[in-house]
Amino acid sequence: MILSHPGIALGGFFVAISGSRNIRCRRGKQMSSIHIVKRLMITFGTASILLAACAGAATPAATAPSATKAPELTAPTATPKATVAPKATVAPTATAAPTATTAPTTTPAATSSAPRTLTVMTHDSFTASDDVLKAFEQANNVKLNILKSGDAGAALNKAILAKGNPLADVFYGVDNSFISRALEAGIYEPYAVTGASIPAEFSGDTANPPQVTAIDYGDVCINYDKAYFAQKKLALPKTLDDLGKPAYKGLLVVENPATSSPGLAFMLATVAHFGADKFLDYWKQLKANNIKVVDGWDAAYNTEFSGSAGKGSYPLVLSYASSPPAEVVFATTPLTVSPIGTLLGDDMCFRQIEYVGVLKGAKNLDLAHKFIDFLASAKFQEDMPLQMFVFPVNPQAALPDAFIKYAQIPAKPARMPADEIAKNRDAWIQSWTETVTH
Amino acid sequence: MTTGNTIVTQPDQRRKGFTLSPLALVVIPLAFLSAFYFYPIFSIVRLSLAPAGTLDISAFGKIVGSSYYLKTLWFTLWQAVVSTGLTLAAGLPAAYVFGHYNFRGKGLLRALSTVPFVLPTVVVAAAFTSLIGPNGVLNTLLMGVMGLEKPPIQLLGTIWMILLAHVFFNFTVVLRIVGSFWANLDQSLENAAAVLGAGRLRRFVEITLPLLSPAILAAGLLVFIFDFTSFGVVLILGGSQFATLEVEIYRQTVNVFNLPVAAALSLIQVLFTLLLTIVYTRLQTRAARPLNLRPTQQTLKRATTTPARLLIGATVTFMLLLLIAPLIALVVKALGDGVQPLSELFINRRGSYFYVPPVVAIQNSLLIATATVLASLFLGTIAASVLAYAGQSSSTMRIRWSAFLDPIFMLPLGTSAVTLGFGYIISLDHPPLDLRASPILLPIAHTLVAFPFVVRSLLPVLRGIRPDLRQSAAVLGASPWRVWREIDLPIVARAMLVAATFAFAISMGEFSATALVARPEFPTMSVVIYRFLGLPGALNYGQAMVMSAILMLVCSAGIILIERARFGDVGEF
Repeated sequence: MILSHPGIALGGFFVAISGSRNIRCRRGKQMSSIHIVKRLMITFGTASILLAACAGAATPAATAPSATKAPELTAPTATPKATVAPKATVAPTATAAPTATTAPTTTPAATSSAPRTLTVMTHDSFTASDDVLKAFEQANNVKLNILKSGDAGAALNKAILAKGNPLADVFYGVDNSFISRALEAGIYEPYAVTGASIPAEFSGDTANPPQVTAIDYGDVCINYDKAYFAQKKLALPKTLDDLGKPAYKGLLVVENPATSSPGLAFMLATVAHFGADKFLDYWKQLKANNIKVVDGWDAAYNTEFSGSAGKGSYPLVLSYASSPPAEVVFATTPLTVSPIGTLLGDDMCFRQIEYVGVLKGAKNLDLAHKFIDFLASAKFQEDMPLQMFVFPVNPQAALPDAFIKYAQIPAKPARMPADEIAKNRDAWIQSWTETVTH
Repeated sequence: MTTGNTIVTQPDQRRKGFTLSPLALVVIPLAFLSAFYFYPIFSIVRLSLAPAGTLDISAFGKIVGSSYYLKTLWFTLWQAVVSTGLTLAAGLPAAYVFGHYNFRGKGLLRALSTVPFVLPTVVVAAAFTSLIGPNGVLNTLLMGVMGLEKPPIQLLGTIWMILLAHVFFNFTVVLRIVGSFWANLDQSLENAAAVLGAGRLRRFVEITLPLLSPAILAAGLLVFIFDFTSFGVVLILGGSQFATLEVEIYRQTVNVFNLPVAAALSLIQVLFTLLLTIVYTRLQTRAARPLNLRPTQQTLKRATTTPARLLIGATVTFMLLLLIAPLIALVVKALGDGVQPLSELFINRRGSYFYVPPVVAIQNSLLIATATVLASLFLGTIAASVLAYAGQSSSTMRIRWSAFLDPIFMLPLGTSAVTLGFGYIISLDHPPLDLRASPILLPIAHTLVAFPFVVRSLLPVLRGIRPDLRQSAAVLGASPWRVWREIDLPIVARAMLVAATFAFAISMGEFSATALVARPEFPTMSVVIYRFLGLPGALNYGQAMVMSAILMLVCSAGIILIERARFGDVGEF
């Protein structure tokens, strides 16, 4: 219904303009300017009323794309779907479990009462399949209102500022490098997920019940342009130290840890590997080896990396272990081999874990709990890889074919306890900045 | 301004009750600014600097005592000065040509020159990379022709790239504001000087330049503030070794979450904007003189002499190289992968909940842009008219009042978007202004940025209107509203179109996207572009480029449509 609004408003605006042109022919100049003012005012009035109407009536998702097309349109991507499908037979039982008890009572209610709204605050990268989220909405007679609030850091700070009068019921998307900031600020209401068991290695806090629940993880790794290394007959760097060697001079582009979450993750990997007192020496070595530092993932991957469609000039880029499958899934011509690979040496990757939690002061606690159970359920977990290109934390969730074929998982990613990150993060970033970019 | 004083006293006294009321309209823009600018800024600054109720200004000490922040401030200042100088140097000759001659393709060229203003920085970075990057068209060509081993052009990641990009983005500001003002200048003074034997240079320095200075100052101020608060250009095209105040504010707010330092830096940035605008206002009041502004039908002509034709040719070539070549590079990139990325735009291939059909994105962008244009024109016209009227009135109190208001109207442009956005979270969180997650914040934020542009575009023209015109009308019994309608509006119409174009471009370019608290699903074209750029894969990249090309197209079309608007007889103004 929103679709018609811009048409009307714009129509009014341009009618006002073109109309005034006709007037010029018929009458004198003074009349025309009066008309213009009138028309402008009428248009302004109309537009403001329409806009107010939009803001009021249109719960944001009113613009949500037509869902009806989704099923047949997903069909062409046969490869990923094919593998999900057989596993999906397991999924219903797994997902049904958490909602099973409530389902019979909520479903009849759905027909009689208007859906409630559950507001979810998250970062800009959040996405999911239409049918998966719709299924949750239908099963619980709820309308999801998803607020995208900038990158992970910006979203978190906004959630902290809004503490006490939260913008949403649920907040999804803080990772292990920033979880301590959220926990210290006390923005969460404790909740223990039900219906799914998530391995303890992923947990974000030690409280019982925990404040946050892990939902996904991803390994921040260095990707390489296969064509470049093949053409130059260059061996792949096998260790962090290799990256500082002359053979790889001027080949690596990384993100700034002060502004980018993969950048921060990689810096933490170097701290974990070399120690807090030595990691800056390593970075001095990298700097001398002409690494390029850019602000964010987008600039690094799309603009500087030679293995991406942007055709930059650096064959090594700091990105994710999930980038190689993404290059296959989103290829313009069907591929059977990914054009890029991942460097898997020990401590060359850093494991990022993303968490969800109920915001303190949430208005819909029961729904918020259900939503967290849903995020942890196999159904959502199996949907994540091909939507957000992250890995599921729920061991029951099966990986899609593209991930099994094209993603390499590092045997020993660097890891660091959240409290250690919390204590030193800002100081490390500061000294890194002074060493590398100044 | 002074000439009118004796005449104005009479109607002023006779119609006291009425003359006050139009100036009182200024409460409308002031109320808007109070609610959506001052209140949020005050809230976030108070939270940052006085969390416990007592003011703690140690953050300022930290900044002043740190060589890093002083270096950042110095860099911010000098790159803005140089960028503004270069933009003026590049834009003024083009403004002359556009203000004096009609030529084929002029409208299209002018519309296209505004497109850079709209494009997301990431996309512009992609365009520049494919044009002058190490593997770009130009370097490949030069290496081939000159037999070079290494690419000769190495601009990316240098200060030159930042300066070039600032010229690229802001060229249109000078072209439009100065160009349209120049087109309305009465050439009889210059002709008279020519008859009296003044040379070309002398005529320019002693007559044209002084007459033109209000427009040059206005354009220069806008460009300076844009460069001074530069964010994306510095980060993406310059690289991590460069940081402006705006960049540092963002880092301190989002990455470090050190609100006291962020607020202190924000205040310093605002203070600089304020000081600069006050200096500008002084210069402007001295520079502004009533002019006999002419309709463009009388000033614009076809080039008949060879030097004039050469000049036009040179200007067009320059603009093609500077502004249009990167745009063409972008279109080539967008078409490089064939039609697949384009056709994929219309398919929800992954069955995503957040899939946006391109038509919906275009409609959303246009809806917000229309609202922004109307709201900022409405508020900006009132503000500029009040400033112009008050500045010309007899009472010195009113002149001072206008000198005080003018800088206030410029402040939103010099304020860090992220500071304002965080201010919204803690201030607009209760009725009647519980707007933290409302889509209406989009046009409001865009209007805040567009509003100063509207004021700056209109004010030089409004101030140029001879006060005796208004006074005669008033003496003859016209109400202030009628004076404005029949004296000011016809003359200022062209400038309103310029202002509308800026407002449209600012909104389409989503200048304040980061300022927004929490966007509900109301995806615009820029949002879609960023979404595609957020994932690896050739198809996503291709779709981002295609969507950027569509954004260019929609923008150019919108601007051309706005420019075709005619306001009665004075439409050509």
